Formats: sequence, C-alpha cells, structure tokens
Amino acid sequence: MAKKLLLEKAHVEGIRHYDVYRREGGYAAVEKALKMEPAAIVEEVKKSGLRGRGGAGFPSGMKWSFLAKPEGVPRYLVCNADESEPGTFKDRYLMEFLPHLLIEGLIVSSFALGSNRTYIYIRGEYAWIVGILEQAIAEAKQNGFLGKNILGSGFDCEIYVQRGAGAYICGEETALIESLEGKRGNPRIKPPFPAIKGLWDCPTVVNNVETLAAVVPIMNMGGEEYAKIGVGRSTGTKLISACGNINKPGVYEIDMTISVEEFIYSDEYCGGIPNGKRLKACIPGGSSVPILPANLLLKTAKGETRLMNYESLSDGGFATGSMMGSGGFIVLDEDQCVVKNTLTLARFYRHESCGQCSPCREGTGWMEKILTKIENGKGAMSDIDLLWDIQRKIEGNTICPLGDAAAWPVAAAIRHFRDEFEWHVNNPARCQTQNYGLAHYADPIHVPA
Amino acid sequence: MVKFSEDKLKEVQSMIDRYPKGKQKSALIPLLHLAQDEFGGWLSAETMDYVASILGIEPIEVYEVATFYSMYNLKPVGKHVFEVCHTGPCMLNGSDHIIAYIKRKLDINVGETTADGMFTLKTVECLGACGYAPMMQMGINYREHLTEAKVDAIIEECRNKQ
Repeated sequence: MAKKLLLEKAHVEGIRHYDVYRREGGYAAVEKALKMEPAAIVEEVKKSGLRGRGGAGFPSGMKWSFLAKPEGVPRYLVCNADESEPGTFKDRYLMEFLPHLLIEGLIVSSFALGSNRTYIYIRGEYAWIVGILEQAIAEAKQNGFLGKNILGSGFDCEIYVQRGAGAYICGEETALIESLEGKRGNPRIKPPFPAIKGLWDCPTVVNNVETLAAVVPIMNMGGEEYAKIGVGRSTGTKLISACGNINKPGVYEIDMTISVEEFIYSDEYCGGIPNGKRLKACIPGGSSVPILPANLLLKTAKGETRLMNYESLSDGGFATGSMMGSGGFIVLDEDQCVVKNTLTLARFYRHESCGQCSPCREGTGWMEKILTKIENGKGAMSDIDLLWDIQRKIEGNTICPLGDAAAWPVAAAIRHFRDEFEWHVNNPARCQTQNYGLAHYADPIHVPA
Repeated sequence: MVKFSEDKLKEVQSMIDRYPKGKQKSALIPLLHLAQDEFGGWLSAETMDYVASILGIEPIEVYEVATFYSMYNLKPVGKHVFEVCHTGPCMLNGSDHIIAYIKRKLDINVGETTADGMFTLKTVECLGACGYAPMMQMGINYREHLTEAKVDAIIEECRNKQ
C-alpha cells in the first residue's frame, strides 16, 4: 500500500468540516508555520523537491523564491483551480472532499509569501464546489485561522473564491490573472513573469491546488523527509486521475515508484481493462501529452520498465516517451480509434484557443477539419503530411503553451499510429463501420543491442 | 427593465468588496453569472449594459468578456439546459451514443431548444468529470455515468418540476 500524504483522511466521515478535520490533526501546519520565518518555509519547500502539480512540473520552492518583494507593494498568492485539461479531475476531488487541506495549505503558503489577500480561481463549471470552499473558509475564520492577526502572529489573511466562466486557457497563469482582473483570458507575453508583475501589476505566485495542498505534509514532516518519498527528482506523492477504458476510474495517490503496468492492472488502482479487452494506447498525463502505444507505454524504448514518475514517463523524449503532465491518465482499449480520439482533442483545442496568435487560432481549426475528413473516410494520403506540417508550425510559435498542447497530441498520434491514419485513407468505406483495432501496437519492440 | 433586488445588490456589493479599492472590474465575471441566473438564463444587451453601469465600466468591456467565456448564453435558452461533454475521455465511454439518444428523445439537434421551451441541448468540451463519463452539466450540478435510462429519468424529473 503506497503512502498517502494527501488523501489519507479523504474517507473519514465529516472531514469536510472543521471540527473533524481539526480533530484529525488539521491546521497543525499553520501553527508550526506561523512560528517560523517566512523565508524558512520557502526553504523547506525547496528542500522537499516539490514540483508544480498542474502540468509543467516546475520546482515550486524555486518559483516561490523568484517572488519580488518591493517595499510597500502588496503581493498575491493565487490558487489555480481552473482544472480543465481533458483527463484531469484530481483537484476537483481534493476540493470536494478535503477542502480544509487546501485552505490549510493556502494559509501556510500565504504566510510564506506575504500574501494578505489570496484568491482561489476555480473553473466556472465546478459551481457546487464554490460553496464547499466558502464554508471551509468561514469555519477557518471562525476558529482564528483566517482574518486579522492569525493566532496572535500579527499576520492577516483573507481567502476569496473566484469562479471562472468556461475557458481552458484560464489555467495558463497569465490568462488566469487577466480573467481575475475581469477581462478575456488572453495570456500575457512573458517576461515580465507574474513573480514580478502579476495580479494588478503586483508580484504574484500562481500555484495548482494539489501543489498548495502538498505544502501541508511538507510543513508537518519537514522538506527533507518529504523528499525521501518517491524517486530521483520525482519526490513526494502524486494524484493521478485515471479514466477511459479501465475497471476502476477515479483519483489515486501514488508514490512515484510504481510501474505503469501495475497502475493499470493492479486492483489497488485501475483494476485492468473491462471485458477482457487488451490495452491499445494511453495518454498518461492529460490530453496535451503524447499518446503512447501499449508497447512503448509499459516499457521504454531501451526495454526498461516504465514507472509512474516525471523522469520515466518522459524517457525517450517525444520520439518514444511522453510526460507526467497533470496526471490525467487516459486509457484506450483495442476497440478505440486513435483518429477519432485525436479528432475530439483537436476539436477541444480549436474551441479553447483564445485567438490571439495566428498559428494557434488558424492551425487548430485546420487540424480539426483535416482530422474530420480523415475520420469520415474523405481524407487523402497527403492530408496526413499536411497535418504533420501544420502541427509543426504551431509548436513553439505562440505566446502561451496552448499551441504546443494542441500540436503534441496530433504529432504523437501520427508518429506512433500512422498506419491507422493510412488505413482510414485506403479504406474510406470500411473505416465508417469498423475500427483498425489493436494491430501491432502491443507487440514487443525490438531493441537493438 | 432589468434591476437586481435589494438583496441581490447586497450580494453584488460583497462581490466587489473582495478586491482592493478601484479594482471592482474584477467582479465582472461573478457578476455576469449572477445576472444570467437572475435575468432569464441569458445575457441580453440590456443586462450587460446594466452590469457595466454597476461596475462603472464601459459596456464594451462587458461584451468582450461575455463573448469570450462559454458559460454565458448570448441568446435565450430552454428552462433546462443539457450540456453534454463530448471530449476524448467521455467519447471513449460512449458520449456519442448519449448525445444521439437525447437528440432522438427530445427531437432536437445540438444547439436547439424544444418547441415548448423546456430543454436546450448543447455539447461542451471537457468538464473535469472524465472518471465518471459519460456526463453532462445541468444547472450547477453534474449528472454522471449517464445511460439511456438515466437520461429518461432526468427528463422526467425536469418535466415534473414544472
């Protein structure tokens, strides 16, 4: 049984409420933190090796240390709860069932960063969670953990929940800040980074929900102890939201030493694939990361067992690897069509492009159109090359990473499943009634000595 | 004429108070949610102009936000709006079939409202419920693990709420 740092108490009855959470040891991290120097807390987070859990995996302590501290200017902490990456629903789980864990992490982090006014920006569709969070905030305040002069420390802090209104792009930190200022979610050109000029032009740190919740166990056990869990630069635990064709979809907390195979097939996690079907492919870290065929998913190109951590999932680069991303783990069984799946993702990115940069605004639309043609048996062989060409021209040519996020799934699908695309072109009638199937995607790969 | 009640105006003020002085424009997105809920489930030009006047900003600043975010309705919708997710993970679990079933059952296409003004069907992109697919949003709640029987029950439930 893997060690749980975040979800251990998720099933305790009434844990959503302050009294139960407190009885179970909650808010000890705040008591400890308020007796420390803010800089010492940042140091603990650095030592923990915690990496941003939203997708990019940037070291959180380092991000905190970049925060500018000009005299007389307020600083802000913003919690990114705009969880919108297809396949990802871990932050929702955390906020719904353990709201006080997030609030506790936010208070500690606000103190470390000197934020007296902290915002949780939550996606608009998670409307019912707003009430759960506001209830937790009110309870924390009643008990002296928020408001003026918290626990007599002289530190004041308020937390507010802001609802978005339906826009994937607002998960990008500068778009989120724009949205929080009451504008369209158009990402800003960086630099300046939010750490220098963020919300209302003040120094700002934007962190994911899971990242901020992880600050609680880091405080309680100390950064060094936290860093001992996991492997290499993948320290601590990670929430994985598993979905697609598996027996037990849901949110799992893993320490990052288990193999992908164990995660998919063991009863502790996904419980295998329904109806005795075989594994065809998987998108291991949210829809933006490269899809891998079964053979490259379970073993790296070098023939090593692939593990559920940052380094192992990206082993082989984009040629033969993928990414940990946001932890949105999407499994495709042998009956699924990779072209169709790629089309739904291309449509998603076309819908979510903010429209600022031409390569993304135009390119995502073209990719959707071409994929629609191929999926409907109206594609030509040259369309596959055209698709490849378009995705290459989007990647790296946009203000924010949405362009890359739209390009990668298409690139990986063609890279690993080109024969399935060609089969659609060569069998225009058959591809309407039948799927290409598993083909050779699960076959062992020959690794040259 | 659109106007918030006294109670709602208090709510509006508490929204504005969440931000530092002079940054009241930040309340725009929550305020548009409130306005949409209050004034018939959609944002007319009149409603948007009213919101602009409350915040002391130009109407165009409201229009550009209202047209950007997918949760704001810019034309009237039915009493119950079914927003069915059809992105990858939901598609893998049969969302196409659910959408086709609702279309048949209500005799409308995606984007349309039934003649009696009861139901609007929309398709939406990923709502973060991938493990509970297929799913749809209805009001502020999610309806998950949809089947034909569940869809029937939801339609029945809406009709009974009349």
